[in-house]
Amino acid sequence: MTAPTDLTLHAAADLLGRGELTARALCEALIARRRRVDAALKAFLYTDDDAVLAAAAAADARRRQGQPLSRFDGLPLALKDNLSVVGQPCGCASRILAGYTAAYDATVVARLRAAGLIPAGRTNMDEFAMGSSTENSGIQPTANPWNPGHVPGGSSGGSAAAVAARTALAALGSDTGGSIRQPAGFCGVVGLKPTYGRVSRYGLVAYASSLDQIGPITRDVRDAAILLDLIAGPDARDATSLPDPAGGYETGLAGATVTGLRVGLPQEYFEVEGLSPEVRRTVEAVAERLRELGATVVTVSLPRTRYAVASYYIIATAEASANLARFDSIRYGFRDHAAEAEGLLEMYRRSRAQGFGAEVKRRIILGTYVLSSGYYEAYYRRAQQVRTLIRDDFVQAFQECDVLLAPVAPTPPFRTGQMSSPLEMYLSDIYTISANLAGIPGISLPCGFSASGLPIGVQILGPVLGEGRILRTASVLEQAQGGTRFPEL
Amino acid sequence: MAQRPDLAHVDVRYIADLARIDLSAAELERFQAELDDILGYVAQLSELDTQGIEPMAHAMPRCNVMREDVPQASLEQDRVLANAPAVVDAAYIRVPVVIEEASS
Repeated sequence: MTAPTDLTLHAAADLLGRGELTARALCEALIARRRRVDAALKAFLYTDDDAVLAAAAAADARRRQGQPLSRFDGLPLALKDNLSVVGQPCGCASRILAGYTAAYDATVVARLRAAGLIPAGRTNMDEFAMGSSTENSGIQPTANPWNPGHVPGGSSGGSAAAVAARTALAALGSDTGGSIRQPAGFCGVVGLKPTYGRVSRYGLVAYASSLDQIGPITRDVRDAAILLDLIAGPDARDATSLPDPAGGYETGLAGATVTGLRVGLPQEYFEVEGLSPEVRRTVEAVAERLRELGATVVTVSLPRTRYAVASYYIIATAEASANLARFDSIRYGFRDHAAEAEGLLEMYRRSRAQGFGAEVKRRIILGTYVLSSGYYEAYYRRAQQVRTLIRDDFVQAFQECDVLLAPVAPTPPFRTGQMSSPLEMYLSDIYTISANLAGIPGISLPCGFSASGLPIGVQILGPVLGEGRILRTASVLEQAQGGTRFPEL
Repeated sequence: MAQRPDLAHVDVRYIADLARIDLSAAELERFQAELDDILGYVAQLSELDTQGIEPMAHAMPRCNVMREDVPQASLEQDRVLANAPAVVDAAYIRVPVVIEEASS
């Protein structure tokens, strides 16, 4: 029998349903493994094992009485440190939120609880989700489970590393410019960013509100569909959530094929400077495999691709500068008490200086600048116009194909400390940020390994509300590729 | 008092003042170089002709999202105050003096 730590959510649910596994035994196995491997990996920021085990025992009792909350009752899930769980810290891996305790559940957490899933630990991230490597965590860096000298990606690096390291069956992350898909790709697991508005953002600490989406990081495509079924759908508490009915993602996978599917390869994506030959070959091999499976592969154009990073880093930082103004050391968060005597302004300045890390300060300053008088038109307004053009590129491309196939990142996971400047790190987001600008869904799927044994992911993008289509495509590809590989730890 | 921004490049000290962040001399120097680098890169947006292009504020625009105005329980006061860095009489958040008393 597969070790409990190695199960998918659906396999664990089947065993629970047949009485061959208890939620408590499953949680105990994950906790034991985390205690053994996480000291080196540092994927988790907070755990409450007693509460998890008590919740698991309660789920087992419900199941024994024939009244489970759902077939997933009792399954534990790791959560990124920017999702509110009542009574738990919600620190966004930032010193400015040290000691902060969430006063309410995020909508996604409430929906998971209603199905019996258990919030089981908070995972590390780049501070306030600003980064692509989890090196910007204000608490600790996380190692890539495949090679500790490499980054796990980011900003949801802790979630992806935990799922790969078998210290969590699955996790939730958030994706503003690739922060689910890229770490999933770097850690050899599946990551899904839904359409903007598909999942409620209520209880997600805002980074860039017009780009942020919550989504699953899982062992396989079916688990991603299962979690999306549980968390998607309209929410009165998020006015940007879409009214369209959600669901049926898991059942939609039955009998999936790619016969007749038009798969688009964006030509500009293969002209990007710095695209590694290994990543290029992996994407080309996936295109060939899809063709063998019955799909038609066509070349399409996304002509404004080269402007995506510039547009994104203006819009995201502008929104961040406004969102992070709330961290004023008044109602919550770190306060420099010594500065109180100097007056309110000085207290703001010194508290924020000590509470925020370098990348957060950099983005707040850049965002404040592009919104400031005299620069708004030249930067922010223009970036929003370019965003329209980038969205139009995708609308045009989806006239010619049903899904797009793309790299997740230009390279396999890079080494810790390898990125020499913030701009170099930003440029590595080229393949993921456009989906956030356009609002479309994307999934990253492990599709190979580099010569040095690091995972390489491939991304499938769909049109607005095309989650079902990209999940089915990824599922067919996953089955053609065969089993999951785990890192030795 | 903060200076007006230099038109040639981002005046980090001035902008950091607007953003209420105190920067050390070392941070000022470092951010100056990094932000000039980033702004040099994003300047390429001016290559594109954006005449007449509608700016896009949101990926999936929705407007006038209304709901029934129904009274609901709000967060409990003590749960909220528990996160405040300084509290007075278990009912108020303490802040530094904002309005000075008039001197004679």
